[in-house]
Amino acid sequence: MHNPAADLERRRIALYGWMLLAPALILLITFAFLPAVETVWASLFSKGTIRRPSQFVGVDNYFAMFSDPAFKKVVTNNLIYAGITIPVSIAIALGMALWANAQIVGRGFVRAAYFTPTMLPMIAAANLWLFFYTPDLGVIDRITALFGFPSVNWLGQQETALYSVIAVTIWKEAGFYMIFYLAALQTISPELKEAATVEGAGRWTYTRRVVLPLLMPTTMFVFVNAVINSVKLIDHLFILTKGGPDNASKLVLYWVWEMAFAYFDTPAAATMTTLILIVLGVVAAIQFIVLERRVHYR
Amino acid sequence: MSLIASTTPRRNAIALPSLDAIGAWVLAIVWISPLMFAVWAAFHTPEGALSFKLSAPLTLENFRVAWDSAPWPRYFLNTVLLVSVILAGQLTLCTLAGYAFARFEFPGRDVIFILVLMQLFVLPEVLIVENYVMISRLGLFDTIFGIGVPYMASAFGIFLLRQAFKSVPQELEEAARVEGCGWFGVLWRVYIPAARPTYLAYALVSVATHWNNFLWPLVVTNSTSTRPLTVGLSLFGATESGVNIAVVSAATLMVIAPLFVGFILFQRQFIQAFLRAGIR
Repeated sequence: MHNPAADLERRRIALYGWMLLAPALILLITFAFLPAVETVWASLFSKGTIRRPSQFVGVDNYFAMFSDPAFKKVVTNNLIYAGITIPVSIAIALGMALWANAQIVGRGFVRAAYFTPTMLPMIAAANLWLFFYTPDLGVIDRITALFGFPSVNWLGQQETALYSVIAVTIWKEAGFYMIFYLAALQTISPELKEAATVEGAGRWTYTRRVVLPLLMPTTMFVFVNAVINSVKLIDHLFILTKGGPDNASKLVLYWVWEMAFAYFDTPAAATMTTLILIVLGVVAAIQFIVLERRVHYR
Repeated sequence: MSLIASTTPRRNAIALPSLDAIGAWVLAIVWISPLMFAVWAAFHTPEGALSFKLSAPLTLENFRVAWDSAPWPRYFLNTVLLVSVILAGQLTLCTLAGYAFARFEFPGRDVIFILVLMQLFVLPEVLIVENYVMISRLGLFDTIFGIGVPYMASAFGIFLLRQAFKSVPQELEEAARVEGCGWFGVLWRVYIPAARPTYLAYALVSVATHWNNFLWPLVVTNSTSTRPLTVGLSLFGATESGVNIAVVSAATLMVIAPLFVGFILFQRQFIQAFLRAGIR
């Protein structure tokens, strides 16, 4: 049955819908989708000079990048960075949440202390940590000196620079993830605890068999956030190490920034950015598939 | 610790909390110590700051030196303008888009929604190079609006408001329609008031995020009249290469003070806002 009035109404509603969406869509296209496509496109061209203009080179930039030892170093660094910051900050966040949820003296202070780093800009956090890492005069060296250890140039030597940066990230992020665990813990019904106690389960068994499984969705959510942060959280490098010494603490996005804005090598920056986009795309796809299976939000 | 707990489930209510409390407190003190040392350093002379003697004399000199050596009032103003511009843009755009996704049926809507969600992963931070080109092309380089505009169509804000609008009972909308409201009247009178807690949460998270944002503002600013506090602070740290830790600490505390005082005063709301908002 064809109803012209209802047809018209439907079209009118569709038009309103698109009009409401338009401003946001235009900005999303301008600052997310178009730049993403342009990045991939730019990665297929050579770096132009005055004498030799930029020309199409296909995937040459990718081969050039893969054979660059600096690229290997930076990607390895980022994998180590992600491989440590993600699990450690999630584990600490979980511990913090369990403690911040327990009946302890001064719980308000404890919660605030855990959460405080989240409120600070990463640049400020890095400044605070400089005070810890400074050789001889810094807090860490002062404390280790009490036990007779020699002074260490934490940020200035290859062996420790990346790990010093990692420590700052964990410190900054754990309290943020704690919040989500805290929220999830508060939704767990106290009856479960009572039932477990009646069954003779100890606290460890209860935590491992009841609490942790119930926290799995939260862990998934926090994990995705932590992955994204392991790519985008590089502000502290500008203060602490500038990626040095000799690339020892350089991360992928810092490398992109340096290529584009210090060496003006746009194709190299675009090539690396394309790889980052692919990795984030895979993470997004995984999350959508998992979410789709668990909750279909309507 | 866990071993004791599992063998004496009844008694741990009295005996163990102290052990838990000790662990929790130790971690809390470790976690807050960088900030505590910065406070210590900021109120002492450079020599006193490094001596760790409780008797070292207190001073406000570091704050004076820090305040005089960079255009802080301008940076503060820029940051306040920046977070306001972003928030105003986000609230407007995300409200309209969230409303469209929540209450309007039209072909292609779900595909567009998935595309919008993709932006949660295609972060402005990752696209700094091409976004820099785009902003320059639009003539927005080194303007406050230019720093803010890539964040305005926030996929996250659209998602949050869509969820909030969807949970509003349809009857409220119908009642408003009976009283003669058009789509804008319904949005203004029914949906926006109903979503007020979501707006508050989103606003707090947005302000905190952009107050602290650094990389993108660093890329698209080039002058004192646009630089936000974070970029100003990074430059300040760079010029003080003589590592006067006391002055850097004072400057750092000045930068974090407004947000920090706000956090202390509205701690519960802040934490609840982050909870409600989920992701940034």
